Amino acid sequence: METNRYILSILVDNEPGVLSRISGLFSGRGFNIDSLSVAKTAEPDVSVVTLATCCDEHVIEQIKKQLHKLINVITVNDLTGKKYVERELVLVKVHAKTEKRAEIMRIVDIFRSRIVDVGVSHFIVEVSGDSGKIHAFIELMKPMGIIEIASTGTIALGRENVK
Amino acid sequence: MKLTGAQILIKMIKAQGVDTMFGYPGGATIDIHDEILKHDDLRHIVVRHEQGAVHMADAYARAHKTTGVALVTSGPGATNAVTGLASAHCDSIPIVVFTGQVPTALIGNDAFQEVDIVGITRPCTKHNYLVKDPNKLAEIIQEAFFIARSGRPGPVLVDLPKDIVQAMIDFQMPEPMKMRNYKPNYKPNKKQIATAVKMLKEARRPVMFGGGGLILSGASKEFTRIAKFAKLPVTASLMGLGAFPGTDENWLGMLGMHGTYRANMSIGHSDLIFAAGVRFDDRVTGNLEKFAPDAKIIQIDIDPTSIHKNVDVDCPIVGDCKMALADIAALMEKEAPENFMNDRVAWLKRINEWKELTPLKYDQSFDTIKPQYVVEKLYEVTKGKAIVTTEVGQNQMWTAQYYHFEAPNHFITSGGLGVMGFGLPAAIGAKAAAPDKTVVCVAGDGSIQMNSQELMTAVAEKLDVKIVILNNRYLGMVRQWQEFFYKKVYADTNMEAQPDFVKLAEAYGATGFRCDDPAKVIQTLETGLNTPGTVIMDFIVEREESVYPMVPAGGAITDMLLV
Repeated sequence: METNRYILSILVDNEPGVLSRISGLFSGRGFNIDSLSVAKTAEPDVSVVTLATCCDEHVIEQIKKQLHKLINVITVNDLTGKKYVERELVLVKVHAKTEKRAEIMRIVDIFRSRIVDVGVSHFIVEVSGDSGKIHAFIELMKPMGIIEIASTGTIALGRENVK
Repeated sequence: MKLTGAQILIKMIKAQGVDTMFGYPGGATIDIHDEILKHDDLRHIVVRHEQGAVHMADAYARAHKTTGVALVTSGPGATNAVTGLASAHCDSIPIVVFTGQVPTALIGNDAFQEVDIVGITRPCTKHNYLVKDPNKLAEIIQEAFFIARSGRPGPVLVDLPKDIVQAMIDFQMPEPMKMRNYKPNYKPNKKQIATAVKMLKEARRPVMFGGGGLILSGASKEFTRIAKFAKLPVTASLMGLGAFPGTDENWLGMLGMHGTYRANMSIGHSDLIFAAGVRFDDRVTGNLEKFAPDAKIIQIDIDPTSIHKNVDVDCPIVGDCKMALADIAALMEKEAPENFMNDRVAWLKRINEWKELTPLKYDQSFDTIKPQYVVEKLYEVTKGKAIVTTEVGQNQMWTAQYYHFEAPNHFITSGGLGVMGFGLPAAIGAKAAAPDKTVVCVAGDGSIQMNSQELMTAVAEKLDVKIVILNNRYLGMVRQWQEFFYKKVYADTNMEAQPDFVKLAEAYGATGFRCDDPAKVIQTLETGLNTPGTVIMDFIVEREESVYPMVPAGGAITDMLLV
C-alpha cells in the first residue's frame, strides 16, 4: 500500500503521563512518529497534540482507532485530505562567512524569514511555514554550513469548514 | 463524615459489590489490610506470591461474571503483579488491582520499595491511575471499576501512596460518574445488521466463528440460537470454548494451530466467516496471506481496533456481541430457516467427510498413559461439568481438544499471553467464585512448578482444587517444536529433575496420588476427585507425545501436520 504523510490533531486531558501513553502506543505497536508537538489549549484542562506520521492507509486507521481507545484522548482529528493550515517554526544556526552573508540574507528575504541573531561567524535564522517550505530552506542553507537546528515540529489547525 | 483513605477505599470497593479480594500485604498497604480486617462481609484471601493474587482475581472474574480485585504492596509487590495484569489485558478480563506506593513526598526519589508502576503497566492495563489527592480517591475507584468492566473489559491499576491511604478527609459519596472521553458503543448499526443477514442468506459455505468476546458479553445463547436456526457449522478460538456446546452436531471443534482438521478446512474453504468476539489472532489465522481466500467476513466486536487489524472485513459491526447477535437472530427469524440454507447439504456433507477422514485422535497404549486419555477420562468422570483451568503448553491444548465444554465460563486459561503458572492460582480464584463446583487444574510438570507455592493458599483458605498433572518430564510443547523443527535437539527442555509431586502435596497439607498405569487412570481420577481438600494427581504419561493436528508456524491453517 502507498505511504502518505498524515497530520493528526489530538485533544487530550492535560494530565501527567498522557504524552507517555501516546508515545508508548506508537513505540509499542511499531508506528512511526515524524514530529510531535504538545501545547495547552484555551481550556486549561485540555491539551492539543499535533502529530505527523508517514504510513499507509491500513496503519493510519489502526493509529486513529488505537489513539481513540486511550481513556485520556478526547478527540482524534485527521486533517489529511481536509483544509487546514500547517506551520513549523525552525531556528537555523548557519556559518556566515563574509563572502556568503549577502547570499544568506537574500535567501532569508525570499523565504520571508528573519535573521534573529548575528555573530562574528554565524547567523541564527527564524523560518516558519509548512514542511515543504522548511525543507526547501534547509536544503539551501546546507551548502553554507549548518551548525545547529531547533524545530517546534508541525502544528496545524483545521480551517473554518473543518470540525 | 471524616474518613481515612483506607476507609474510603474499602467503602467504595464494597459499593461496587465486591465481597472477595486477593492480596499480599507489605509496608505500603498495612493501613488497608488493617481496615479490611474490620469488615466481616469482605473476604481477603492471602496468597503466597502477588502473581498468584492477580491470576486468582482474573479467574474469579471469569467464573463469577464480575470484576476481580487484587491488592499488593509497592515495589516488588507491584512488579510481581505485572504478569497477571498483562495476561488479563490480553484476555480482556475485568480486574482492578490496587498497588501500595511510597508516600507522595518520596515519589521519584528512588525510595525503598518504590517503582513507577503506573509507568511500567501503561502498556499492559486498559487504564491506570496514581492517586495524588485523597479527595479524588472515591471518584477514581468508581472510574476504575467502570472502565474495567465496560466496553471491551480489561485490567485497571490504581496506585495508592501511603499518605493518601492515611489521610483523614471529609468524605461524601461521589456523584454517579460521567466520563467525558470514554463512552463505549454497545448498540450495533442497524444497516450493518441487515447487511450481515443478507450475506448469511447469500452464503453457500458459511461458518460461524466465536471467541472470548461471546463469553464476556454473555452472548452464547444468542450465538447458539442463530447456529441452530440456520444449521450453521460452528468453530471457536481457544478463548471461545464453551460459548457453544461442545457436543452439538454443528460443532466443528476448535480453530487454529491445534484446531481440528475439519474446523480448519471448513474455515479455509468457506465463502463466509461469521465472526463474533474474536480478534483473528495469529494462532487462529496461520499465514494471513493464505487465510480463507474465498471468504467474506462479518465481524462483530465492541472494540473497533479489533476490526480490520489482521484481516480485511466485509461487514464490520461495532457493538456488544449479545445485542448484535440478538438483532441478527430476530431479523433472521422473520424468515424461514431454509432461506439461509443455500446448498447447505453439500457443504455439510463436505465437512462431515473432513471429520471422517481425520477425526481428532491419538494412538492408545496399554503400557504407558496417553495424556489425551487422561483428559478424556477427566471429562467423563466429571460429566463435563467441572470448571477447568489450565497451565500453558501441551496440557492446555489437550484440554481444549478433549474436554468438550458445554457451557461458557467453565474453561479458564491464559489465552493471549500464555502464562505458565496461571492454572493453579486460577483454579483457586474460580473455586472462591464457585464453591459448589468441582474445580480442576490441568497442568504440566513444568508449569505447575511456576506457582506451586499457591498450594498453601488453597489449603489454608480451604479452597479445594484438584490438580491433574500430565507429567512427561519435559517442557512438552517446546520439546515438540524441537522435535519437528530443531532436529530433535532437546535443549533445556528436559525436566527429569523434578520434585516428588505426591510429597509436595503432603508437605502443604494436601493429598497426593501417583498413577503410571493406563488401567488405573479412571480409578485415580475418581479417588482424587472424591478426596476432600486439595489434591494432586500426578499422571506419569508418555514422554514424547505431541499435540496433533498442528499447523507449523507461518503455514496456512489448511496445511496441517496430522498424526
